[in-house]
Amino acid sequence: MSNGEVKVSKLATAKERLFNGIIKENPTLVMMLGMCPTLAVTTSCMNGIGMGLTSTVVLALSNVFVSLLRNIIPSKVRMPAFIVIVASFVTMVQFLLEAYLPSLNESLGIYIPLIVVNCIILGRAESYASKNPIWSSFFDGLGMGIGFTVGLGLLGAVREIIGAGQIFGIDILPDALEPITIIGLAPGAFFVLACLVAIQNKIKLRSGKKVKEEASCNGNCASCGSTCTDDAMLKTNANEDKEKAKKLIKMDKKEATEKEEA
Amino acid sequence: MSDLLKVSSNPHVRDKNTTSSIMLDVIIALIPATIFGIYNAGDNALYTIALILVTVGSCVLFEFIYQKGMKQKVTISDMSAAVTGLLLALNLPSTFPIWMAVIGAAFAIIVVKQVFGGLGQNFMNPALGARCFLFLSFSSYMTNFVYDGVSGATPLYILKTTGEVDSLRDMFIGNISGTIGETSVIALLIGAVYLLAKKVIDFRIPLAYLATFSIFILIFGEKQLDFEYLLAHLCGGGLMLGAFYMATDYVTSPITPWGRVVFGVLLGILTGIFRVFGANAEGVSFAIIFSNLLVPQIEKITRPRPFGYVHMKKKKEGK
Repeated sequence: MSNGEVKVSKLATAKERLFNGIIKENPTLVMMLGMCPTLAVTTSCMNGIGMGLTSTVVLALSNVFVSLLRNIIPSKVRMPAFIVIVASFVTMVQFLLEAYLPSLNESLGIYIPLIVVNCIILGRAESYASKNPIWSSFFDGLGMGIGFTVGLGLLGAVREIIGAGQIFGIDILPDALEPITIIGLAPGAFFVLACLVAIQNKIKLRSGKKVKEEASCNGNCASCGSTCTDDAMLKTNANEDKEKAKKLIKMDKKEATEKEEA
Repeated sequence: MSDLLKVSSNPHVRDKNTTSSIMLDVIIALIPATIFGIYNAGDNALYTIALILVTVGSCVLFEFIYQKGMKQKVTISDMSAAVTGLLLALNLPSTFPIWMAVIGAAFAIIVVKQVFGGLGQNFMNPALGARCFLFLSFSSYMTNFVYDGVSGATPLYILKTTGEVDSLRDMFIGNISGTIGETSVIALLIGAVYLLAKKVIDFRIPLAYLATFSIFILIFGEKQLDFEYLLAHLCGGGLMLGAFYMATDYVTSPITPWGRVVFGVLLGILTGIFRVFGANAEGVSFAIIFSNLLVPQIEKITRPRPFGYVHMKKKKEGK
């Protein structure tokens, strides 16, 4: 490989990783990971963004270090090793927050130390950083972190506007409209998250519809004339999913056998 | 071919009752309480009528909009949405802002009922789900009770904070402050007798509910074994409305006979706990929606055993 090619491919992987983290596999809205901080701290937009950015820093740095040490850590003790790496970064970030952003640190409270066991961070370390080079791992962490921040920021903004009538602490609702307090409470987090995920699905389905119409019907409805019913579409979707699952299982098996051989 | 030879799957025994006839019966039974609530509002009567009509209308409208939007069969003619709207309206204070009631109706119909699959699939009573939603969202408006032009605490609240019992006669007739439909025990009982006589509701749930609640209050209440205190608890708040009209909702109550008893006992204990030890004076609505969630489990443990059924232990071991 020449230098030029490497640079292009590096840029491409970085872009691909960022796109993957923010849109394709957004941790909050698509993969539904890290629900505990997502539901608990997003009472305001500021809290959501603060939590998201804190996690982003930890995620990117821990991904880099896990990737650096990926050939040294024995696979039997990889989990404790990951946790030690993540915990040290979380401790550093918490000290920084305490020193420079004490109010944010206070409002996030226990959820800062709990980043150690955040399943996004451990999940990325396990499924991506421990198998991939430093460059792409860094951008994977960055993309996932930004995706997490976007999800939490959106959730926090909607909950703050509806639940408290404010955005970044500034009143925006007219006096005649009372804020719906329950949106700021725990049940409201579930309501708003569900709505956001539904909107996200709606947007993604719209872009995916064209492919479905072109897809063949698999002979599920022989009497089907011109119009394809929703049921048939569901069936073809299910078939596609099954095939995907089969492929994935095969790939996993291959990887496992390769590992054993190695 | 003769009708006798028709082959079809179950159910084979059919009843003349339809969803709409049952819902109509519930509406008829609620008429006395509704009229009394409007009368009780005094100078505010016109506003109360508007509030009830808007709540019922918006429930029906939201059901129509959702089913049209989702390209489903529109089922507003079965009147279940109208009953939800009426029950929700009866659970609101007569001074409640109309736009908030519309939000409540949207929550009841869209979030609690339609998203889970419409009538028959909702996991909790839509009217009560919306009541709790509004209670947690706009608690100052939900507890602003005006009676005779003066806003004041409900007898139940006075009972909880000071232990004083209001005039029991007023509480029975309904000359007290409270939500539109809950004040008059006699009006609610008239409707309940109508429903029981027409066999629309089963006596087991209300009976088990009220009996358990009475025992709980007699033992754990602030005044032990004081019947005046007990009667004040029975007549105060939404207990009668909840026991006869909301706990007996077909969708969210068990279908097995013993399940209904268990359900009633659970409701009685929970209401007692919420009223005696809770932060709020009232606990009926929370008790009912909480018990609604346990209905599948209650049905599972009280499933009737078929005649001659033997426990299949050997088969499991064989496997």
